[in-house]
Amino acid sequence: MTTVDEPSAPPEEQPGAPSAAPPGEQPGERTGERSDERPIGFGRMKRKEDPRFVRGKGRYVDDVKLPGMLHGAVLRSPFAHARIVSVDTSAAEAHPKVKAVITGETLAGLGLAWMPTLSMDTQAVLATDKARFQGQEVAFVVAEDHYAARDAIELIDVEYEPLDPVVDARHALDPDAPVIRDDLEGRTDNHIFEWEAGDKAATDEVFARADVVVEQTMLYPRVHPAPLETCGCVASMDPVDGKLTLYATTQAPHAHRTLYALVAGLPEHKIRVVAPDIGGGFGNKVGIYPGYVCAIVGSIVTGRPVKWMEDRSENLMSTSFARDYHMTGEIAATRDGRILGVRVKVLADHGAFNSTAQPTKYPAGFFHIFTGSYDIEAAHCEVTGVYTNKAPGGVAYACSFRVTEAVYLIERMVDCLAAELGADPAELRMRNLLRPEQFPYENKTGWTYDSGDYPACLRKALDLAGYEELRKEQSEKRARGQLMGIGLSFFTETVGAGPRKHMDILGLGMADGCELRVHPTGKAVVRLSVQTQGQGHETTFAQIVAEELGIPPEDIDVVHGDTDQTPFGLGTYGSRSTPVSGAAAAVVARKVRDKARIIAGAMLEVSPDDLEWTKGRWSVKGDPAMTTTIQEIALAAHGALELPEGVEGHLEATTVYNPPNLTYPFGAYVCVVDVDPGTGVVKVRRFVAVDDCGTRINPMIIEGQVHGGLADGVGMALMEIIGFDEDGNCLSGSFMDYLLPTALEVPAWELDHTVTPSPHHPIGAKGIGESATVGSPPAVVNAVLDAIGVRHADMPLTPGRVWQALNQGGVEAPQ
Amino acid sequence: MQVPASFDYQRAQSVDEALELLRRHGEEARVVAGGHSLLPMMKLRLAGPELLVDINELHELDYIEVVGDELRVGALTRHRALLESELVGRHFPIVHDAEKVIADPPVRNRGTIGGSLCQADPSEDLSAVCGALHARTVIRGAAGERIVPMADFHRGPYETAVGVGEMLVEVRIPVRPGAGSAYEKVERKAGDWAVAAAGVALTLREGRIADAGVGLAAVGAGALELPAVQDLLDGREPSEALYEEAGRLASEHCSPVTDSRGSAEYKRHLAGELTRRALRRAVARAGAAVEREA
Repeated sequence: MTTVDEPSAPPEEQPGAPSAAPPGEQPGERTGERSDERPIGFGRMKRKEDPRFVRGKGRYVDDVKLPGMLHGAVLRSPFAHARIVSVDTSAAEAHPKVKAVITGETLAGLGLAWMPTLSMDTQAVLATDKARFQGQEVAFVVAEDHYAARDAIELIDVEYEPLDPVVDARHALDPDAPVIRDDLEGRTDNHIFEWEAGDKAATDEVFARADVVVEQTMLYPRVHPAPLETCGCVASMDPVDGKLTLYATTQAPHAHRTLYALVAGLPEHKIRVVAPDIGGGFGNKVGIYPGYVCAIVGSIVTGRPVKWMEDRSENLMSTSFARDYHMTGEIAATRDGRILGVRVKVLADHGAFNSTAQPTKYPAGFFHIFTGSYDIEAAHCEVTGVYTNKAPGGVAYACSFRVTEAVYLIERMVDCLAAELGADPAELRMRNLLRPEQFPYENKTGWTYDSGDYPACLRKALDLAGYEELRKEQSEKRARGQLMGIGLSFFTETVGAGPRKHMDILGLGMADGCELRVHPTGKAVVRLSVQTQGQGHETTFAQIVAEELGIPPEDIDVVHGDTDQTPFGLGTYGSRSTPVSGAAAAVVARKVRDKARIIAGAMLEVSPDDLEWTKGRWSVKGDPAMTTTIQEIALAAHGALELPEGVEGHLEATTVYNPPNLTYPFGAYVCVVDVDPGTGVVKVRRFVAVDDCGTRINPMIIEGQVHGGLADGVGMALMEIIGFDEDGNCLSGSFMDYLLPTALEVPAWELDHTVTPSPHHPIGAKGIGESATVGSPPAVVNAVLDAIGVRHADMPLTPGRVWQALNQGGVEAPQ
Repeated sequence: MQVPASFDYQRAQSVDEALELLRRHGEEARVVAGGHSLLPMMKLRLAGPELLVDINELHELDYIEVVGDELRVGALTRHRALLESELVGRHFPIVHDAEKVIADPPVRNRGTIGGSLCQADPSEDLSAVCGALHARTVIRGAAGERIVPMADFHRGPYETAVGVGEMLVEVRIPVRPGAGSAYEKVERKAGDWAVAAAGVALTLREGRIADAGVGLAAVGAGALELPAVQDLLDGREPSEALYEEAGRLASEHCSPVTDSRGSAEYKRHLAGELTRRALRRAVARAGAAVEREA
């Protein structure tokens, strides 16, 4: 046995006791290393949650074991498109350990065979009429153990009548294409929606007078968030009090609870959704999957708790994928490199059910931020959504509601334009970037960018990379037949959804609540609606409250992930936690601070107006000796102090934050690759990332988020794809086939930052969770294409595809 | 969590006991050593043996030693032991080249040379290495031992010369003076199965190539040894022109298929490119060996 040192507790002053700090010196502002390691507020500090993770003491859904718990397993369709002729469950039911077998027919009897999706479509919980993608849920077995459940699904005899599948979205609207959603009344084709943004006439006008127009078709292939923890739940319906407790892998516990109430007709106060530790989400855990519903029904039917956990293949083959955008971009410019307009047509493959998660008004998410970071006169896009016989989804993998696709499109188009003009990609970007004085900037598709100094950010990245020297090295290497490439991307994110009047999901406004209670001894608990999946909320939100109140972060407990314990809100995705709930935490802390001021006035026997705040204490203006700490105030608020009129006692507050606008993080990335001309193998040699996420709460957490997102980007650019054969068989159902990058495929990241605080956010923070995932793929792709001298090749740039592009001048994405 | 169907399990205490169990249960029994190929297949329910015969306690099959002019490697020798063996590295740098790119450390800690060869996956690296090295396999059954050259060991994808009631117990590799060898592999990411790979082993005698062996992985069955390329090389002085010709022949003498790792055309190209690269390095190493041994 090894012993584990207790976290060293420095002999700091006891909060609540008179401060040991000399008059005039504020807690957290003392010099020395300690304040750097343990800031009272913003700054670098180790994550509060990590001791339990690094010691293997995290508690995930699969760690939940309830007395009498049963285990569920899903039988899935082997066909992409097939009529279900019959389902014979008799052999499975005869298995000695099987407690229940649930089919689509069982659910139809309960009115639960279909459920609404986050895009107002319907999705089969268990197939009744047809299977519409390979891996679709057909039946659910509940058994005494997981092994028996798995054995029993093989005993179910399903007779299928295979139908022609629609695999390639480009043929989904062919007149003779099989109709996938014949369950929808009157449906005679595979069309889901048509959507446009921008000004078509104005865009046509700038294209008509442009010197140069470049067109490029590209596919952002289907990829998968692939969280290391797959999806699953433990459903426990208490047969006595009728309360359902659902431990689930969810990024949005409150939204899920409301949806279960609406869909299943269960009273909302009789539903408790608990998200324990979540092992990665990336948007994969936003939606409600059939397995959750089946586990709930299984628990109701058997009267016992039911656990259901996907295996890896089920996760990759059936849960929410990302992207699958066929894009044709056109960019118009003057001969001297002034970008005038951008036009885009998108064919969006949404799979068999339209279950994409995005604010209701935006069927293409926030794709219409495709004008990127540039001062463009006119822009227009048209998006056509179609059904195919593939797994449903479409908004996931840290995409910020499809800003990923938008950034990829514009950053590829700018490189294509640079190639056409013979211009340097860095100079062309610098020439067209928005200027600081243009903010707040209204782009041509309806977004109001809040703030930024884009040229400074790009300059910093180029300097850090040594751009000029890299270009020199590249030309020397080219002369020797060596292939080296330098790729840039400059991205603008739009995150923190969002203002209630514009944004809702299934009618639920995207505002988030927060509650803060300071205990009598000066410790505090903050309760949040958002749900960490590894982002470090327990640290970040403690630091926000610490910054506002001067209570050390370690004295602040962050409670999340339990609908019985936390205020309502829509959860964590689209980099919204800090922009929305981070704001809520700051606002609620300020409310507490204001209340503390009144109480401090009573304590010090002065008017609250005569007090001034320095971090952690209220003091009499001009008389710093007359002071009281937030901890002393907390004790007084719960004690015998005679409170001023209108003050009820105790020290707590609640708030609901409705963001006035989205926030707009941005960044400049430079990627350097070497390509082996004989094999097509790409080595990412360097990656420079300069991010601006506004105010930086915990730089270590920010850097961790950026590291992860950059690795995502390298993965998508070079190796990740959910592929299908012509019969609709998924070819990427395991980590042998769906490749994720590791430390061996990525370089040592070179990070830096600029800071332009968001003007409308209480602490100026903009969010960072998805910036690097959004911004990095085009930098890697641009670098590879720069190396091999090819205008475009679709991701993933595996060795074989790079070799093919190198030898044939281009390569189409595989389906 | 993926779980296998139910099966019986026996831990053999001796090779004879293992052989007896295998004989008695016939086709329904499978040997498990490292388990890194078999167990995933069982969890995916692609394999469903009724009995697993665990040979992990048969330490008598775990050895690396030189006997006469042969290196003998017990079937239960782990990848990690091969990678860490100075003896192996000195005589057969190709093995170290390959072991560095086989899967990842957790797999190499458990996986064995016997399991790798018996899995008979056409993409597996050690089979191509053993092919290039003209290794011989020792198969033991109730009737005793028989020796099968590597060229005859694989009978097709996932099929070997090991019969019912038999086990692979040893791999023998000839140790020769003036030897050089190398392995070149292209993979989509570290630890991936090869997109294509080439192993070359040879000796240099008075400046000419002898005992040439060329084995390819992941380019179809029957490429673990390429007699056409070997015949071309034997007796010739090393030169870029020769490597070029050897690469061209290697490209011709394989049968890759298009899959998500790459097109057949690309893999055929790699067969040539990687053969050339491995040949260059093998010759350089052989040259160094000649100098060292002089």
